[in-house]
Amino acid sequence: MPPKQTRRQSISVGRGTKKREEDSGTEVGEGTEDWIQSKAAVRPPDQLELTDAELKEEFTRILTANNPHAPQNIVRYSFKEGTYKPIGFVDQLAVHFTQVGNLIPKDSDEGRRQHYREELTAGSQDSAKVVISETENLEEDEEPKELEAEAGSQVDETAAGIPEKVTEESVETMQPKERKLTNKFNFSERASQTLNNRLRDRECQMEPPPRTNFSATANQWEIYDAYVEELEKQEKTKEKEKAKMPVAKKTGKMAMRKLTSMESQSDDITKVSQAAKIVERMVNQNTYDDIAQDFKYYEDAADEYRDQEGTLLPLWKFQNDKAKRLAVTALCWNPKYRDLFAVGHGSYDFMKQSRGMLLLYSMKNPSFPEYIFSSDSGIMCLDIHVDHPYLVVVGHYDGNVAIYNLKKPQSQPSFRSTAKSGKHTDPVWQVKWQKDDMDQNLNFFSVSSDGRIVSWTLVKSELVHTDVIKLKVEGSTTEVSEGLQLYTVGCGTAFDFHKEIDYLFLVGTEEGKIYKCSKSYSSQFLDTYDAHNMAVDAVSWNPYHTKVFMSCSSDWTVKIWDHTIKTPMFIYDLNSAVGDVAWAPYSSTVFAAVTTDGKAHVFDLAVNKYEAICNQPVVARKKNKITHVQFNPIHPIIIVGDDRGHVTCLKLSPNLRKMPKEKKGQEVQKGPAVEIAKLDKLLNLVREVKTKT
Amino acid sequence: MAEVEETLKQLQSQKGMQGIILVNTEGIPLKSTTDDPTTTQYANLMHNFILKAQSTMREIDPQNDITFLRIRSKKNEIMVAPDKDYFLIVIQNPTE
Repeated sequence: MPPKQTRRQSISVGRGTKKREEDSGTEVGEGTEDWIQSKAAVRPPDQLELTDAELKEEFTRILTANNPHAPQNIVRYSFKEGTYKPIGFVDQLAVHFTQVGNLIPKDSDEGRRQHYREELTAGSQDSAKVVISETENLEEDEEPKELEAEAGSQVDETAAGIPEKVTEESVETMQPKERKLTNKFNFSERASQTLNNRLRDRECQMEPPPRTNFSATANQWEIYDAYVEELEKQEKTKEKEKAKMPVAKKTGKMAMRKLTSMESQSDDITKVSQAAKIVERMVNQNTYDDIAQDFKYYEDAADEYRDQEGTLLPLWKFQNDKAKRLAVTALCWNPKYRDLFAVGHGSYDFMKQSRGMLLLYSMKNPSFPEYIFSSDSGIMCLDIHVDHPYLVVVGHYDGNVAIYNLKKPQSQPSFRSTAKSGKHTDPVWQVKWQKDDMDQNLNFFSVSSDGRIVSWTLVKSELVHTDVIKLKVEGSTTEVSEGLQLYTVGCGTAFDFHKEIDYLFLVGTEEGKIYKCSKSYSSQFLDTYDAHNMAVDAVSWNPYHTKVFMSCSSDWTVKIWDHTIKTPMFIYDLNSAVGDVAWAPYSSTVFAAVTTDGKAHVFDLAVNKYEAICNQPVVARKKNKITHVQFNPIHPIIIVGDDRGHVTCLKLSPNLRKMPKEKKGQEVQKGPAVEIAKLDKLLNLVREVKTKT
Repeated sequence: MAEVEETLKQLQSQKGMQGIILVNTEGIPLKSTTDDPTTTQYANLMHNFILKAQSTMREIDPQNDITFLRIRSKKNEIMVAPDKDYFLIVIQNPTE
């Protein structure tokens, strides 16, 4: 009671009111005595000493309902404004005491539930009563029995049992569900069981469904395979959608696809073909292992000592029984697959004309050709298309030309010229593919002894021919009566198209002349060269230099020309009829010539302008005449065909493929420009000499 | 069909050939040029080996697959060309 306290304090100074309170707190008895006694002022040592004025000072105290313990200025952080803001209202409630009670209001859920339960129990009192009465009866029955059975202790029970009954009756309204107290010490339960019937199982079982065991492994690659298959399926469906357009080519392709799918289903053994081919090559590799090693790695070390001369190392020999007696009449490397080459077989003998064969060999399998085609008439020439390396055009001895498609498995040519379609009347000596014409049709040229140079176009699976030029022997036009001009037809034996200038080409004839012609002029030649004394066997433009070409003939000579000059730049006499010449693809100054005495000659103009740097008999017997030679576009090998039907593959030794030496400090320049420059230098030398003479 | 027969005949006529066995993916020999016991033996043993080699290659890189197997021993060389459905096993004695 603070206000009274202050009044008293102001009035009486020395009253030990404090002390009084303390005393009253401890003991009741003693405290009263102390209180009566202690009227004398007892001052605590630390009491404030105040002056009267200070004592009289009145302090006003205001009673508020504020909780003195509540904080007065609570500050809360406001995220909206990002600063601390004071809260205006602070809760002033002070809780002094709490206790959780167990009274629940009547109307609440729990109250209602309890009420309901009570009602239930009240409702079942009637049934409980009956039960109890029954139990009472039972108890009565039991009791006499128990009395008989046991003595002493049962008396208590019976005595207890009766008041139990009584209590039960009286309490039945209150506690109807009170359970019967069972005596722990002396209690036996009576139970009885009826007879259990025997159980019988009745089952039936159907035939189990057929089962197979399936097991698979989920490896990384099996998952990958599954994905790839899915992809393929999707792509196929896409293609099917696209291929619904009725274009002839596309339907053709579809038909082909159908064929292939049917083929795969036909016979089991065909699936092994791929594997069989691989194994065949492997076996061949083993058999010809040393040759294969030579081909790849052997470089003739003796070349260093040989002072610019080179050798040809014989590698494989390709021959086939079927083509045994036929001469090799044409050789051609495949422009795409650099190990594949085509060999045409026929006969140069006018009297003994028989069938012809076209064989394609791969260097990977020297035992057997990859493809075999046979024809009625000897094949005289062939060429493989650059863009479509599966198309081979051949010219026959009977004047026909035919195109073989390697993709198709037939042994017959896909397209053939006939007498109606303008075949030549004399053997076709050379064929060459040209670029596709404006309608994307395949196009090739052929030259023959009948004096015609014909351009054939494959228009919608038929060969259509156009006479480009008729070779006329100049100076032989004779005037017959009526003003007709007869001319003797020259016989073309070889031709070659310029690498860059499309319309320009050279034709060699049996008379030994070479004509420079243009595709656009059909009757006139651009130029004539009196090349040889006998038939020109081959003409060939230099692969690098645009002006230089080469010719060879049965008059034992090989001549190199500049097409602007009428006389040859270089002449080489080889002591035997020259069958073929070929420029090397890697150098503008290297070329090879083969002669009928079985020798191969390789020249390098940059090394030796007057003599061959390699002069080597190539075929086994001297009786074999070599008919053709071809350089491989990438490997340092040449193939040589002879008139016995054998094709020999030879490796060029390093001296034969010399590149221009690097001058110290200068970069090695490679490429056609260098080659051209090299040749130019040589030609200039020769030209100077000529101008002098 | 005839082409493949031709090829197999050509194979057989090569120098040093000891046998050609065509095995399916389960290891059952389909065709053989050697006698029965040798055939079954080779087929059985090589089959496991081939499958192991194949699964090894593909585990390393699923986009890869073996093109052929060569086992060179002192006496001969066994070459296997696996296909989608078949293995072609060839035994050759190359040094002869």
